[in-house]
Amino acid sequence: MRDSVLAKVFAILYNKGRMTLEDRLMAVAARKSKAPAQSKSAGKPARARSAKDGAGKAGPALSNTPTFTKEEDLHAYREMLLIRRFEEKAGQMYGMGLIGGFCHLYIGQEAVVIGMQMASKDGDQVITGYRDHGHMLACGMESRGVMAELTGRRGGYSRGKGGSMHMFSREKNFYGGHGIVGAQVSLGTGLAFADWYRGDNTVSLTYFGDGAANQGQVYESFNMAQLWKLPVVFVIENNRYAMGTAVNRASAQTDFSRRGASFGIPGEQVDGMDVRAVRDAALRAIEHARSGKGPYILEMQTYRYRGHSMSDPAKYRSKDEVQRMREEHDPIEQVRARLVREFKIGEDELKAIDAKVREIVNDAAEFATHDPEPDPSELFTDILLEPAQG
Amino acid sequence: MPIDILMPALSPTMEEGKLAKWLKKEGDQVKAGDIIAEIETDKATMEVEAVDEGVLAKILVADGTENVAVNTPIGIIAADGEDVSKAAAADPAKINPAVPAPAAEAPKQEAAVAASADAPAASKPDTVPAQAKAYDASSEFPAGAEIVSMTVREALRDAMAEEMRRDKDVFVMGEEVAEYQGAYKVTQGLLQEFGAKRVIDTPITEHGFAGVGVGAALSGLKPIVEFMTFNFAMQAIDQIINSAAKTLYMSGGQMGCPIVFRGPNGAAARVAAQHSHDYAAWYSNVPGLKVVVPYSASDAKGLLKSAIRDPNPVIFLENEIMYGKSFDLPKGDDFLVPIGKAKVVRPGTDVTIVSFGIGMNYALGAAEALAKDGIEAEVIDLRTIRPMDIETVVASVQKTNRCVAVEEGFPQSGVTAEIGMRIMEAAFDYLDAPVARVTGKDVPMPYAANLEKLALPNIGEVVAAAKAVCYR
Repeated sequence: MRDSVLAKVFAILYNKGRMTLEDRLMAVAARKSKAPAQSKSAGKPARARSAKDGAGKAGPALSNTPTFTKEEDLHAYREMLLIRRFEEKAGQMYGMGLIGGFCHLYIGQEAVVIGMQMASKDGDQVITGYRDHGHMLACGMESRGVMAELTGRRGGYSRGKGGSMHMFSREKNFYGGHGIVGAQVSLGTGLAFADWYRGDNTVSLTYFGDGAANQGQVYESFNMAQLWKLPVVFVIENNRYAMGTAVNRASAQTDFSRRGASFGIPGEQVDGMDVRAVRDAALRAIEHARSGKGPYILEMQTYRYRGHSMSDPAKYRSKDEVQRMREEHDPIEQVRARLVREFKIGEDELKAIDAKVREIVNDAAEFATHDPEPDPSELFTDILLEPAQG
Repeated sequence: MPIDILMPALSPTMEEGKLAKWLKKEGDQVKAGDIIAEIETDKATMEVEAVDEGVLAKILVADGTENVAVNTPIGIIAADGEDVSKAAAADPAKINPAVPAPAAEAPKQEAAVAASADAPAASKPDTVPAQAKAYDASSEFPAGAEIVSMTVREALRDAMAEEMRRDKDVFVMGEEVAEYQGAYKVTQGLLQEFGAKRVIDTPITEHGFAGVGVGAALSGLKPIVEFMTFNFAMQAIDQIINSAAKTLYMSGGQMGCPIVFRGPNGAAARVAAQHSHDYAAWYSNVPGLKVVVPYSASDAKGLLKSAIRDPNPVIFLENEIMYGKSFDLPKGDDFLVPIGKAKVVRPGTDVTIVSFGIGMNYALGAAEALAKDGIEAEVIDLRTIRPMDIETVVASVQKTNRCVAVEEGFPQSGVTAEIGMRIMEAAFDYLDAPVARVTGKDVPMPYAANLEKLALPNIGEVVAAAKAVCYR
């Protein structure tokens, strides 16, 4: 019962925009152990934590927090740290003029993509918007190739023609990297359509933000995905600000897990700062999609520490808010603390991991700095493919 | 090793800024992410974060300094006890050797681009040789093939059915394509033959299903996306342009998008402005797309088959009025018409009339009328707008020295505007008169029957234009 009451209180406060982010995360943590409500029938809106579903089943709030083994925590730590250090370096290189145009950093949100990847299988596709460096690294794309694309060099994943927002790897099933807000949602639904068409049992992990969640084509895609029971998990990375606009200034319904309710798509809110909670929810969502039940929505409650892009003075939020998130909810620090406290990992071992990550990032930066720009002849290549003969 | 803190650029255009305030002082411990200073530009105040941990060993640029150039070392971070003099800032030559100096680099780049434009022929916009050669379409019909009469509608349907039989990755989706058998009956019978998995009725949701189609194509399937009319594709145009057309380039050649967007385009009859727009010029403006506009049933079939097999996104513009018109075409499923080749449909010597799609009705009608007055017009059907077979047009103009271009679309930035310009570039010296054009009028399509008729081109206008360029 406690959960359901909490959920109600939460919903009321949050919808009025009075709740602090911290309160929200606590509320999510308190109920995150509960299994989501599954959509029993197409007509019935499903919610992760409707009062009814929670009734009589809720145990002590925090006792069911999903746990990681030592190896899983070490893996998550390494992977998240790589993204963090990579992004810091990218920010630095932007400041030096080596990276041009737009550059959107993923710092603070690392647990989302790493937790999702820990629940996915080979062959599952990933597609996202323009804040995409973390997703690429999480998919196993090389740091060198990503960084060299940021610097517009020939060794970049798009041979220097795409830049920060437009990178792809067919080999790693990463389908971009899209600069038009929301476009990746229809495209990701199309990837799921192809999975369904081929019957190859793979799933499309389609990421977008709280801002993109207000685009019309998102709902067109929700409708088709549920209508045709396509294997797609919609991962809404709610980092609280669409550029400079806070969620409650742009959204009539700020509970993004309910955005599929009118289509009967189940959804849940997840503490996106806790990689264990992310992986746990991802396992449920991906299983749902893979087993032919159709799409699933995960609202990842997360936070970006940096500005929207490099030229964002971030006057729409207080320094205090950012500082508190960093100090109290940092996804990497959480894992690091656990490694030390629960798994007795020594400082030396952690330092060795840090050093290894720094080495990878420095190598990428070095490569991306000295790799030549594309040959001028590249201007006219890759516009059209040659048709096969016959 | 000590690390320089450099004056950061906050935007691609920032060249200098003011170091407003240091938030740390020399000797302070800093870790990655700590805010160490504030800088100001004319647009914003921004915080500088430490990217490494260590001690702020030295401040090189003091609080309040104006006009600090981007990349100037402003401070040094060192590990405890490290010798700061080893920082790169102590040796100006070592500072950012790899950051290109944009001003010095630019002319070299331009020269290189100019040079490369002369090199690979396939890699630059089409050029026309001094002696242009017309494409010979006479061998497109296989020798000895049985010739049958068929409507454009049936030809399109057969093209899709044949390609779906040939390749299981081909499917068709759109509004009313399956159970309703096609809003204009173009997909008639496909559901019965191929089933609901390959002939898919979509909700009325153009933006969404265009995106779904493009996503499926990026993963390797070959969708045929039918728009009930291309007017509705306006809702989907972002996915067509930004996703379908550009992704191959933006992915460095990794992500092809083998998709066909097809459906009726342009004016039908009495459906007014929102259902009558001709989009040939719009799509022809976009690198990464092919744009096909067939006129006859044989071209509709042969070109649609080529479009489905093409590894690129193809915009296939049909016309409702033409669906019921019959033409001869060869029987059999191996008949293809290449994309990017025009066709001389009526040879002549006095004036070239070039058009495409339903515009061919005016071109051919005018040629007949002109013949009665002793003017032999050579009529060319472009068939593909992008890539445009301007060589076939130029070859004709080199012979006739006069040209009239005809389209139903609007005049400004239209396809005929492009044709005129390309002829001027490639065959100016051959022209005995300025290229003339006959287009739809520069007004939204009216509903009233008399006004609609006035808004469209007609044979009389083409005849008059042809006579004008012949000075008759």
